[in-house]
Order: sequence, then C-alpha cells, then structure tokens
Amino acid sequence: MEQQLFWLWGGIAVISAVMMILKRNPVHSALCLVVVFVSLALLYVLLGAEFLAAVQVIVYAGAIMVLFLFVIMLLNLETEVRSQGLSRVAFKACSLAGTGLLLLLLLGGGAVKALRAMAPEQVSGVPGNTQAVAELLFTKYLLPFEVTSILLLAAIVGALVLAGKRD
Amino acid sequence: MNEGYIPILFMLALATAFCVVVVILSRLVGKRQDSSEKLMAYECGNIPTGNARQRFPIKFYIIAMLFIVFDIEAMFLYPWAVIYKSLKLFGLIEMVLFVGILLIGFIYIWKKGALEWGSRNI
Repeated sequence: MEQQLFWLWGGIAVISAVMMILKRNPVHSALCLVVVFVSLALLYVLLGAEFLAAVQVIVYAGAIMVLFLFVIMLLNLETEVRSQGLSRVAFKACSLAGTGLLLLLLLGGGAVKALRAMAPEQVSGVPGNTQAVAELLFTKYLLPFEVTSILLLAAIVGALVLAGKRD
Repeated sequence: MNEGYIPILFMLALATAFCVVVVILSRLVGKRQDSSEKLMAYECGNIPTGNARQRFPIKFYIIAMLFIVFDIEAMFLYPWAVIYKSLKLFGLIEMVLFVGILLIGFIYIWKKGALEWGSRNI
C-alpha cells in the first residue's frame, strides 16, 4: 500500500514538474508547480513527517506561490512567451542533462548512500513527530534557529530596498 | 505510514472521483452551444475591459514577500507551542529573542511606510 502510494505521488510530482517546464503560459506553469508542492507534501505524510507536510503546503503552496504569481504579473511575461520559447538546442541540452542525472541517481547507488550518510539523525516519534522536531530544534539546533530570524530580517530589509524607489 | 490517514486518503479519492465523474457526465449528457458571449471572460456580469494580464504595481510583490517572512515566523511557533511546557523559561527566552529580531524588521517596514497602501515612499 505504502509502496504504491509512493509511486502514485512520486509519479504525479514528476509529471507535473515536467509539465511545468513544458507549458508556454507562465500561469499554467505556476499551477503545475502547485501540484508538485502538494504531491511532495503527500510524500512527506507517507514518510511520517506531518509537520513538514503542513509547512510544505502552508509556506510553499501558499505563500511562495503567491509571490511567484505576483512576479509573473509584475513582469507581464505573456507577450515574450508567445514570441520566443526555449530554443531547440537548449531543449536538447536540458533533456540530455536531465537523463544523465536520472541515470546517475538510478545506477550510482553510491550517491544515494552518500546522501543518506549526510542526513541528520532520524526524527521518528511515532504519533505526530512535531514534538520530536521541536525538541531537536529548540535544543540541539538552537543556534541555527536563532540565526534564521536574522536571515528573515535580511529578507525583509532586502525586499524593501530592492523594491523601493531610488532617491 | 500512519494508519490514521486512511480516512483522509479515502476522502481524497472520493473527492477526485466526484469531480472527474461530474465533469465527464456534463460533457456527455449536456448540450454544448458555444457563442461568443458565453465564452467571454466572466467579470461579475460586466463587459470585460481588456486582458486580465496587466502589469501589477510592485507593492503587491512587497506585500507577498513580507507575507512569506511572517508566515515562516508563524511556522516556527507551532513546534515551539507543542513543547512549550517542557522548555519552561528557557523556551520563552529563545522565542522572545527570535520574535524580537523579527520585530525590528516589522518596525522598520512600518516606519518605512511599506504597509501604507495609498501613498508615498514605495
């Protein structure tokens, strides 16, 4: 059951990611990206990471997609999109690179092992691991958590400075 | 996977199936008579004026950006609230520090006038 569901959500994620790239209309691409985010959230649920799934939907599918849509509106991409797409050479190069990466991941089990070794210790408190995440976040990873606030502060100032009028 | 999610999965499947069935049924059973009035973009009954794609003011972008930042801040409050009792005073100090730093940013945008919609500055 779990295996089948993984392939279902994973398949939906990959297909909508490909659709996102191939769609000419940027708003359609944005919609495909929402589908990718939601299916990733479902994959997180499958892993037992409910908190991460909720964050994925609230932050990515919610806030970040709103920003993307505003940026699409801001740039008014439509006229450009109609006239020029991805060039044939670029398309071929991208698909080659993508296939290569896929092969590398499938064949090179070493890469997967290396990624596993890099991952921090598993957080798998049985019902609802929000508590386990919280305990790690506020004890062991306290400094990164506090530094995040400075990062967010930089984001606030940066957004205002970039978008503000030049004097 | 947690067994508790089976009902949610069932509901998801049911909702998807319902949408698909209704759309296909209305295609099969219903009559389709397209006219230019019917295919016009619906703007609450008014006659549409131009394309929906217009350049938006940059203010929308700033609001979206600030929304993301404070959304992430709120996300950090959830795990904190879950174990708040076991952290005791230490947890409170941690969070006051975190929120305090972001409060500086909030005061900054307020003073800068980024939250005013109508006027000046940005």
